Amino acid sequence: MQVIANLWGELLTVLTAVGTALPYILAYVALILLLMVVWSGVKRLLRPRHDYGSLKTVKFGDESAVASNTVASVISIVLIFVLWGAFTGSRLLPGFLHMPGPFQGTATFDYTLTGPDGATDDATVTVLVHPADVTTADPEVDPGTGIARNDSIAIGMFRSALLRVSDNDEITRDDGAEITAIDGSPIAPGGAVRTGFGHVLMTPKGTLNIAPSAGWQMEPIWLPPPEAVWSQAVTIARDGFRGASLWEHLGYSLFRVVVGFLLGALVGIPLGYAMGLSDWFRGWFDPIVEFMRPVPPLALIPLVIIWAGIGETGKIILLFLAALWIMAIAARSGVSGVRISKVHAAYSLGASKWQVMRHVIIPNSLPEIFTGARVAMGVCWGTVVAAELVAAQTGVGMMIMVASKFQNTDIVLMGVIVIGIVGFTIDLGIRWLERLMVPWKGKG
Amino acid sequence: MAGLHIENLSMRFDLPDGGSVQALKDVSIDLKPGELLSVLGPSGCGKTTLLNIVAGFLAPTEGRITLNGSRVTGPGPDRGMVFQQGALFEWMNVRENVGFGPRMKGMKAKPKREIVDHLLDVVGLRDFKEKAVYELSGGMQQRVALARCLANEPDVILMDEPLGALDALTREKMQGLVLKLWKETGKTIVLITHSVEEALLLGERLIVMAPRPGRIHKEYNLPFADMGVGRDLREVKKDPRFAETREEILSMIWNMEEEIMGSAGEPV
Repeated sequence: MQVIANLWGELLTVLTAVGTALPYILAYVALILLLMVVWSGVKRLLRPRHDYGSLKTVKFGDESAVASNTVASVISIVLIFVLWGAFTGSRLLPGFLHMPGPFQGTATFDYTLTGPDGATDDATVTVLVHPADVTTADPEVDPGTGIARNDSIAIGMFRSALLRVSDNDEITRDDGAEITAIDGSPIAPGGAVRTGFGHVLMTPKGTLNIAPSAGWQMEPIWLPPPEAVWSQAVTIARDGFRGASLWEHLGYSLFRVVVGFLLGALVGIPLGYAMGLSDWFRGWFDPIVEFMRPVPPLALIPLVIIWAGIGETGKIILLFLAALWIMAIAARSGVSGVRISKVHAAYSLGASKWQVMRHVIIPNSLPEIFTGARVAMGVCWGTVVAAELVAAQTGVGMMIMVASKFQNTDIVLMGVIVIGIVGFTIDLGIRWLERLMVPWKGKG
Repeated sequence: MAGLHIENLSMRFDLPDGGSVQALKDVSIDLKPGELLSVLGPSGCGKTTLLNIVAGFLAPTEGRITLNGSRVTGPGPDRGMVFQQGALFEWMNVRENVGFGPRMKGMKAKPKREIVDHLLDVVGLRDFKEKAVYELSGGMQQRVALARCLANEPDVILMDEPLGALDALTREKMQGLVLKLWKETGKTIVLITHSVEEALLLGERLIVMAPRPGRIHKEYNLPFADMGVGRDLREVKKDPRFAETREEILSMIWNMEEEIMGSAGEPV
């Protein structure tokens, strides 16, 4: 019962988070729809198209009439970078596109101190908001006269700070003095007053919490601007990260994937063929393959680390296991997908068993094997990154894991982008190889 | 004992539910070399089973088949097959498909090329030698299948509804081609079809099979195949004997189908 209550609480938290994000998501969708409307207006002004598809009157529901709109794809990519830049204050974007940034510079506000006897006095607090990574001393101010004295504080951008302004006053809080107003607006413990640079809040105990406006932009530690990520990429490509260059990290990851995948294919494909050609082998391996297939390779990481340590052997065993079952199943379905008339025709043309294997079954199963290879490479790439996150001396996964521990968000983002690009490139490469080697795919 | 001899062939197999099916019962056919036999019958009459047994893909439960004196126990290059469609190898071009049989025999490149070139001329695909088979139309693909079968010089050609998937016009053209190849090569041909017209046009002999159990219902010797060689097949169809035989066979098959329907359930 407790579990259900806990889960219910968690669900509410998730829904609250979604609810908070919803306006932003809706704004994004609205922006896309707006651009769609704008583009369809622009398109009408261009020369009209007269291809076959444009003459179709029934388009809604006709999937073949829906081709990916290149303009939408370009807008999609550009928009991601524009939004990224706008919310990080990127220098790559013109300033008017930036979201309001955090307050930076010097500002002042006045507070009113009321003594236990009812006497009041105003004093000025000078606030210097500086970039968070630069240590800055509190600005020097003239304390002034009266029971309340002037204060000053330096605060990093995106931060807020508590300041017991009455500590240097003639009558302090311990003597019964209270702050009753900020910039002339009354304030009480737990309250807040809006000032020109942000907010001044009062804690329940009466301390002022000075919170300069954080604006709409993201702090670099959460989301660095694109150029920071790019410059990190350049730096790491040149100087390396943790004793290995970016290319070495990538090379290690790719080496593990390629070796693991090749070993998996080398064992899995013959295994699949055996399962497709012999009832004994199918009976033998079916339970093993069908059980192992739904086990995510990630779940094997701890076991592999226990058995083979965190070196290359363990990772290659893991990727071998990730590729093995996928390739075995692909080869098996490649064999069972062969039209019996092709096999019969080959036997009737005088082919031996071996020749049927070599000239009919293997080529016929290639399209399935390529499909399996694409899936297996995708899974292997995901698995290697995850394995490197857990334990590794090198590799892109290790790079982002270590970077995240030092809050180098720019390196983490760069790693994620590199991982995406490499994964996409691998897939493109296999598709290219597929077109080259099985041009008959889907045409049988 | 030249020719193809099918003696008292029966085929019975068990079903998973405990019952059994008598697919063929006591089928005997003697074919002299060079004869063209068409086999016709309603679906489920066992004509494809018969062909598969002759090809050696299935073993009969009773009876035997001999070809030129030797017993058939499995598939072999002496009996070529032409399937309805999809039996060409997409990973080979037209030339490689036609040359498959000679290649399996380990024939040298030069004689193989001569055979392939000759046969592609015969079926009219000389200019399509290097094309991928999936780039060809259905009719052209069946021409390739015929040429591939002939390249192996089988004694008997077994055709399992080879023109079944073609459109009517292409089909007529191909029927002429089959007749021409039959006369020119003098091969023994067994043709399975469900088109009565095709069976009449091409079959020098014609067997009508009946279902449950699959058996020979009636046998004909027909003049139309000989008449059709080198002539427009539409002329043959105008022959009054052609129309008469066609009607006879159609009503025979019609009655068989009625019988099946009647026994399958209560009349509505």
